[in-house]
Amino acid sequence: MKKEPFKEKDDRLRRTRLYIPGNHPAMIQNAEIYGADSLIFDLEDSIPLTEKDTARILVRNAIQALNFGRSEVTVRINGINTPFLEKDLEAIVPTKPDGLLLPKAETEEDILFLHERITELEKKHGLPVGKIRIMPIIETALGVVNVEKIVAAPRIAAVGIGGEDLTADIGAIRTPDGRELEYISSKIIVACAAYHIQAIDTVFADINDQEGLFQATKRAISRGFQGKSVIHPSQIEVVHRAFMPSEEEIEKAKRIVKAYRESLKKGLGAVSVDGRMIDLPVVMRAERILKRAKAWKK
Amino acid sequence: MKFTANKIGRKIPEELFEKKLIPFQGKGKGPYKVRKYAPKIRMRRPGEQKILSSIREAIKAGELTDGGTISFHHHFRNGDFLLNMVCHEIAAMGLKDIRLVPSSIQGVHKEILPYLEKGIITEINCGTSSVIADAISHGKMERLLTIRSHGGRARSIENGDVEIDIAFIAAPTVDPYGNINGVRGKNACGSLGYAFPDAHFANYVVAVTNDLVPFPNNPISISQDHVDAVVKTDKPIGDPKGIVSTTLRITRDPKNLKIAHDCVEVIKASGLLKEGFSYQSGAGGTALATTNFLRDYMKSKNIKGSFGMGGATEALVRMLEDGLFEAILDVQTFDTYAVQSLLNNPRHIEIGASQYANPQTSGCAVNLLDTIILGGTEVDLNFNVNTSTESDGRIQWGMGGHQDTAEGAKLTIIAIPLLRGRIPIVVDNVVSVNTPGENVDVVVTERGIAVNPESAFYDTLLKAKHLNIKTIEELKRIAEDLAGGPPNQPKTTDRIVAIIEYRDGSVLDVIYQVAD
Amino acid sequence: MVKFVRTAQAGSLESCDILVTITKGKEQSGVKINLESSAKKQFGDRIIAEIMEVVKKFGVTDIVISAVDKGALTYCIQARTEAAIKRAFGVDEK
Repeated sequence: MKKEPFKEKDDRLRRTRLYIPGNHPAMIQNAEIYGADSLIFDLEDSIPLTEKDTARILVRNAIQALNFGRSEVTVRINGINTPFLEKDLEAIVPTKPDGLLLPKAETEEDILFLHERITELEKKHGLPVGKIRIMPIIETALGVVNVEKIVAAPRIAAVGIGGEDLTADIGAIRTPDGRELEYISSKIIVACAAYHIQAIDTVFADINDQEGLFQATKRAISRGFQGKSVIHPSQIEVVHRAFMPSEEEIEKAKRIVKAYRESLKKGLGAVSVDGRMIDLPVVMRAERILKRAKAWKK
Repeated sequence: MKFTANKIGRKIPEELFEKKLIPFQGKGKGPYKVRKYAPKIRMRRPGEQKILSSIREAIKAGELTDGGTISFHHHFRNGDFLLNMVCHEIAAMGLKDIRLVPSSIQGVHKEILPYLEKGIITEINCGTSSVIADAISHGKMERLLTIRSHGGRARSIENGDVEIDIAFIAAPTVDPYGNINGVRGKNACGSLGYAFPDAHFANYVVAVTNDLVPFPNNPISISQDHVDAVVKTDKPIGDPKGIVSTTLRITRDPKNLKIAHDCVEVIKASGLLKEGFSYQSGAGGTALATTNFLRDYMKSKNIKGSFGMGGATEALVRMLEDGLFEAILDVQTFDTYAVQSLLNNPRHIEIGASQYANPQTSGCAVNLLDTIILGGTEVDLNFNVNTSTESDGRIQWGMGGHQDTAEGAKLTIIAIPLLRGRIPIVVDNVVSVNTPGENVDVVVTERGIAVNPESAFYDTLLKAKHLNIKTIEELKRIAEDLAGGPPNQPKTTDRIVAIIEYRDGSVLDVIYQVAD
Repeated sequence: MVKFVRTAQAGSLESCDILVTITKGKEQSGVKINLESSAKKQFGDRIIAEIMEVVKKFGVTDIVISAVDKGALTYCIQARTEAAIKRAFGVDEK
């Protein structure tokens, strides 16, 4: 795949991304111990309007001072049309987070605007331009309609779904198995897959229902989601367990990857495993399976 | 004062208050006497009555004089009123220079502070907390505080290091001839284990109750042939809400849940978690979570253990009821569910403090433990554990059965957060030592697990790649990086206010008065 | 040169946080810090130094700072101090 500017390949594991309210030091400084693949320090919905300033400064200091181990460090900034966005960017970009989550992402213009602002700030602070990813959260019908253009924009990695808001926006009713979001999920997954971007499933609100979370995650995985947002550390182990491939899947994945690598060495045009031809997407899925298996063993 | 360094490098004075101190020389190497202490023989002829009308009468009957020693159990925990009642009476009678030997002092006992200041109570032997601990730290008691473990206290009473003039036993129920149990009555507290050595070795034993029952009481924990007098009073001797909990709360803090989860992973990796497994844990939030995780795992793998020991709590009792243990040995009962279990379940067995943890017996129960999960205020690079003082030098806690179980158990796990607020829990040297590092195998924190290189489980645990193993030095460094450096050393005077005994009677450490 | 606008507060009394309150001090009174902390003996000197570092960075003076610390780490102490100063001196306000 050709490496285009701002569209570097991203295959980081994001089975879990844990929301941390940006105004709670106890949760912020313990965030790294739970083993989430990704951390989201939140400046948006969990922060009251009167505390936007204090949360921003706290998160900024935290990212600069603390070590978060192997977890990806991201910040959910306030939305495009809020009076907080500009200050969020000015404070957070210089701390070099791995990514910024944009809530209520609706149009390609939203992303381009954000991309330009980030680029300016990266340049201003002498940072390597383009490393900070944009991770949009689709929470409105308009966002769903525009998702194909959004995923084609620069810096995009990981697209999330705001299930609660979306359900309300389309006038549907939430059900336990989430069927009201099926079309939306598929549309977003397809758009993401076309651009080799990860789609992340919405949060599971009932933190006491571990079995329900496990089943919901299994469903999400079979649909093609590559991760799930979580709101409590107790959900991480459950989600990781759901992402753990079976022994059978691991065996098959090993054979596929091996066959692929051998065919590369031999300069063969086509790859076959168990007598069947396999294409690149199948190989990529196999690599993903092995990656998840390795992560579980850690 | 001349000092000698003991085995763990702590400087111990040769003598304090005319008593020679023996420095700690390592487990199993301590001093021991040839024979047990023998209390006076007391007799009751047929037709004699034991019932006395007041505590004052009992104090007189026990012939307590200035300089005497009285004892209590702490099975009523922070709902105990008896110790205060007796001390008020002693003060009112004009007695002074009394040595107090309860099995623990709690927050509710702050009422006796004036008696320390006035020289009515001049010496205390036990773990203390709260206001009294603070006062002693600031030099308000004339003589020494001696901190002992549960097993150490039993040893000291049974070998005569401590001679008790009157043992006061808060009795949930007692009959007119002195048969006591702790499982019935409005002040039911479950096991009366800590009172057994007092009952058997004191020179005069008084049962005080709000619930006098007809003879013979049933079951009998402490029998009539040890009890000299029975006082029935309508003044409450305890507050049921402080005595037992209706439900002890498991921690919901994800950080503590992680620690609990990792404790179980360590036990699994040790290879001890199989048929015949034995286990003890406490009643704190993290300990309860550990017990519950263990229960889920043992159920899922059909592992049948031999015994659980407590600190009996509902969590531990449910393991018994699930068939995961053959029996529970109970020296202290924490909640109503467990009290009912002790009363009704023949596999829930009451044991005394000596049977539980006295090292100078023909074999105490802690010797048979596979694993124990303990806490602490600090741990140092030598794996020594502090349970009595905070990092500012103030005495704040006792040590319970920490020392005993740590020595007895095969696998001793210290489960603690790496920091409390800003204060690092892993330090170069703890302020004072309650449990020496030679008895500690593993320290489990939320940011890593350290294994004592001297531990028999070192090689086994280091092979477990899924455990977040770090050296104790690394843990200290992580803590200090977060805290911005090690804590300032406590400022103390050169007056010793407390000694910490090892369970064999030798001295592990001394505690100095804080300079404020 | 920023001017004192109002008494302001940032942070909370939650575990691991610090509540910083800034009030106006007398003319030429400099910077007074009153610290209440569960870690006062162990880290008190460092906590005060960390607060002063932020005060110096913003160049403000003639203030009284009341800090009630519940075990906060450096990054949090300095974040709350900065937020309180900005609120007290109307920095970043439209």
